[in-house]
Amino acid sequence: MADHLTSWVLALVQTALFVAGAPLLAGWLKRVKCRLQNRRGPRLTQPYRDLLRLFRKELLLPEGSSWVFRAAPYVIFGAIVLAAAVVPLIALRLPTSAIADVIVLVGFFALARFFLALAGMDVGTAFGGMGASREMTVASLAEPALLMAVFTLAMSAGTTDLSVAIQRILSSGLVIRPSFVFALLGLLLVAVAETGRIPVDNPATHLELTMIHEAMVLEYSGRHLALMEWAAQIKFMIYAALIANIFLPWGIAVGFGFGALALGAAAVAVKLALLAALLAVSETLLAKMRLFAAPQFLGFAYLLCLLGMLSHVILEVGG
Amino acid sequence: MNALQGLDLTRQLILLLAALVLFSSFAMLAQSRLVGLVRVFAWQGVLLAVTTGLVAYASGHTHLYASAVLTFFLKGLLIPWILHRMVLRLGLESARESDAYRTPVQLAGAGLVVFSYYVALPVVQLSALFTRNTIAVSLAVVLLGMLLMISRHKAVSQVVGFMSIENGLFFAAVVATYGMPMVVELGVAFDVLVAAILFGVVFLQIRASIDTLDVDRLNRLSESEP
Repeated sequence: MADHLTSWVLALVQTALFVAGAPLLAGWLKRVKCRLQNRRGPRLTQPYRDLLRLFRKELLLPEGSSWVFRAAPYVIFGAIVLAAAVVPLIALRLPTSAIADVIVLVGFFALARFFLALAGMDVGTAFGGMGASREMTVASLAEPALLMAVFTLAMSAGTTDLSVAIQRILSSGLVIRPSFVFALLGLLLVAVAETGRIPVDNPATHLELTMIHEAMVLEYSGRHLALMEWAAQIKFMIYAALIANIFLPWGIAVGFGFGALALGAAAVAVKLALLAALLAVSETLLAKMRLFAAPQFLGFAYLLCLLGMLSHVILEVGG
Repeated sequence: MNALQGLDLTRQLILLLAALVLFSSFAMLAQSRLVGLVRVFAWQGVLLAVTTGLVAYASGHTHLYASAVLTFFLKGLLIPWILHRMVLRLGLESARESDAYRTPVQLAGAGLVVFSYYVALPVVQLSALFTRNTIAVSLAVVLLGMLLMISRHKAVSQVVGFMSIENGLFFAAVVATYGMPMVVELGVAFDVLVAAILFGVVFLQIRASIDTLDVDRLNRLSESEP
């Protein structure tokens, strides 16, 4: 019984870590990127200050907005936090990850995206509708690739439960799986597209021609905007944690001992920092591409994930 | 997961390289610039050479080392260099194939992989070699080379597709029977080399007569037709 309670407390702590750590990861990414571009970056705590400032600011609702506009930030934030609860960050075998599997995780993302697009269209401005239509275009191409990567993982591990799957990968030791190489590459491309980073979307711009995510949240202010930004940061961290823990699961805590948990936290911190640094490098090297090139980019991601699945079937199972 | 764990690291690496060879075929389908296409083709040759070397190491067939070295110099360096020089000489550095049907062609390629898996399945069940699973991959490389030839209009791309078919056949020989006899291998290698040089001459002839390398234009009988 006590063990049961510990695991639930740990699950809550882990989710809280996601929520609390996401701005830090965003700050780290920004700092590394600034350093690479020979600029002095903001402090690591700057995203927290930004969120705090937004929470204190006055809330302005645009004329003619309905309840959808007001409810969307809470729905999106809630869906993303629930998604965060499913993903193992520092420990495996937590009760929350046993309740929902990785397909539900994709579902949470879809729910958040649906409300984001609705909120964008609700006000009736040109930007909101444009951003929503672009977001849905990107999403409709990214989601099949994401699911294909997920299926590759599920087929290799024999389960869609993330926690169990990671445990099986961990216990099988160092095995070079061609399917995982492809799934990793595909998932990296999908993550870039889904979290609105360069080269698909530029999160730091308010230039009307190029923006996707910013166009939809343009009308938001105050605590609504804070929730939206925070949810985007958590979503980024979920993708980073997924990639880090599925493909490099070493270090994650299997037991609930203090030492194992500390090691798990340290390992995941290092992995996330490295992954964010890698993204900063790629964002510095690449330029944003035209919106109409995005379908080809995502088509390539889908192809990679599909090849991952095929090479699993052909090379790893057969014979 | 289960079948893979029984293999040692070298054999796992061979499977990974086989997957990368397959990926390079898809990269060729995705590449629209001719110079890029030749570069990817060179990478496929290098990957093929490394795979052959590893198969030689894992299976203990020393004559495969010779084919690995031959493949590296011929398909990784010499033929791509000839093709690259030809592209430069014909002034096609910035030439692109049209982007139409890019994604459907790639998806058709994925379909071909599934098809070759289905076709190779009975062969795989009869074979006892540890490389047997890659037979389907080599067949897929052959079919993808054909797809490249069919879907492109420029003569240079079609030659690269043809060379890629040869890569697939060589790969099939290595993984299905640990290579052909040395005489055959040498003969085929030099045939390919001669073909690469001959194609160069043909390119020049085609261009001299119809002033383009777009082979669709060969169907037209006279200049007056639009």
